[in-house]
Amino acid sequence: MSDYIINTIISGVWETLIMTFFASLFSYVVGLPLGVLLYVTSRGRLLENRAVNIVFGTIVNVMRSLPFLILLVLLIPFTRLVTGSSIGTVASIVPLTVGAIPIVARMVESSLCEVQPGIIEAATSMGASPLYTVLHFILPEATPSLIHGGAINVATVLGYSAMAGVIGGGGLGAIALQYGYYRYQSDVMWTTVTLLVIMVMVIQEVGTLLAKKKRK
Amino acid sequence: MSENVYTLTNVYKTYRNDGKEFEALKDVSLEVREGEIFGIIGMSGAGKSTLVRTLNRLEEVSSGKVEFYGRDLAELKQKELREVRHDISMIFQSFNLLNQRTVIENIEQPLRIAGVPRRERRDKAREMLKVVGLEAKENEYPTRLSGGQKQRVAIARALAADPKVLLCDEATSALDPKITGEILDLLKVINEERKLTIIIITHEMSVVEKICDRVAIIDEGNLAEVGDVKDVFSNPRSKAAKKLVFPSNPFDPSSPDGKLIRIVFDGLRASEPFIANLVEQTGLKVNILSANTRSVGGIGYGQMVLELPADPADQKAVVDFFKAGGLAVSEVNTYE
Ligand SMILES: Nc1ncnc2c1ncn2[C@@H]1O[C@H](COP(=O)(O)OP(=O)(O)OP(=O)(O)O)[C@@H](O)[C@H]1O
Ligand SMILES: [Mg+2]
Repeated sequence: MSDYIINTIISGVWETLIMTFFASLFSYVVGLPLGVLLYVTSRGRLLENRAVNIVFGTIVNVMRSLPFLILLVLLIPFTRLVTGSSIGTVASIVPLTVGAIPIVARMVESSLCEVQPGIIEAATSMGASPLYTVLHFILPEATPSLIHGGAINVATVLGYSAMAGVIGGGGLGAIALQYGYYRYQSDVMWTTVTLLVIMVMVIQEVGTLLAKKKRK
Repeated sequence: MSENVYTLTNVYKTYRNDGKEFEALKDVSLEVREGEIFGIIGMSGAGKSTLVRTLNRLEEVSSGKVEFYGRDLAELKQKELREVRHDISMIFQSFNLLNQRTVIENIEQPLRIAGVPRRERRDKAREMLKVVGLEAKENEYPTRLSGGQKQRVAIARALAADPKVLLCDEATSALDPKITGEILDLLKVINEERKLTIIIITHEMSVVEKICDRVAIIDEGNLAEVGDVKDVFSNPRSKAAKKLVFPSNPFDPSSPDGKLIRIVFDGLRASEPFIANLVEQTGLKVNILSANTRSVGGIGYGQMVLELPADPADQKAVVDFFKAGGLAVSEVNTYE
């Protein structure tokens, strides 16, 4: 492999990491509260509210059932509006974030569902408000599970970032596509794919380790 | 005359699920007095948990009134209810501690909810930890504690905000008899030293006998009987109470003509060797099928199930002998 290609791959790794990091971050900024909302408004929970639950639940389900490639295309105008461009690393963060939000929301919701109802009952019997109960009882108790889910989500975003390469995103995905698919340079393709696999594995391992350390 | 902590008047609770209705409480009226340890006992599914959960409005009543120091809980707004709940603490069978928080942080929770400043909170939590004898575990996580220790932490947490009443829903049911005894002793001490009213839900007679002043017996959602523990246990009137105090006898008479009787004696006569006297004075022999004595508030109570000789004349002689001695004698129906 030429120096040029090696440099391309190195910057590809960076681009992938940047996309994954920011898309994960932003998707949690929206997805975490959304997951909490879905949880507290569901049946028998703290702030049971059928209407709110159905509306947001439906939005999440619809978003989640769209194939990511379709979402990428659909979001082009929106991406351009936000970042001023529809191609490149920065632009890819927008569809990645939007695509990850519903996944994060459901993951958060399921982590919160694991919290023992008795803990919530104890909080209520102490005179805790619903907000206090969520912040100081439910979220701390769910933290190990949230971290575990977080690792899965970040790995998913990383996989999606490779797909974003298809419509002009940066990163390792784009490189694999360009050199492997269009130019038949299979050594480049396999290198990038191996790097992607290693990155996913590292994220997963770190997540599992953190969750384990956190679980008392 | 002490004040009533709780006054329940004609409380009904109906659960509605998927169109199905279930009446878990039927017309329950009772009073809990300040400073007492009040037991609520009944078989599984009788409605004990439902009843105790109406006391801090974890469960809304369907009709009737639950008054806490004269305030109808149902009329409180959410914010007022949260205030009132600072005065009503609760401990649970499953402890319900935060596993991701240390012991001391767990104990601080109710103070934090009440808005007590950090320093004060810590001091108070330490004081409570001392009350339950777990100073050494301050920075431990609950998952590293035994069941008994967890319940002590839960008690410390429950006491931290200086409640007026402590509700215990099967607080000792997950613990072995020895640890149960220790926890009950602790509750008794807290009751006496802090003048804290305690309401204990249980399905175990031994718990009520050990520490309760008064007891209510719940049977299929009905209040079967309520009164001083001594009275209810020595002279149960309702069928449900009888069933609890005299668990049905597992033995059958050895011959078809055999007759079983139950004699009940109080503290005084427990020390008298009346079976020996019987044999000595009448020459008749009885078979002891089961005997059971217990101490209620320091006085011994007991009951014995005896099988009488087959001859009806002998049977009468034995019964007369016991009755002459002032013992309560009743016939045991093996299929009761
Ligand atoms: N949320 C609910 N919906 C419908 N029925 C309920 C509900 N909670 C309790 N019940 C029913 O009400 C009855 C009383 O339940 P409760 O939990 O008060 O019993 P308990 O006396 O505490 O029993 P245990 O000793 O087993 O804890 C039971 O028959 C139970 O099935
Ligand atoms: Mg119960």
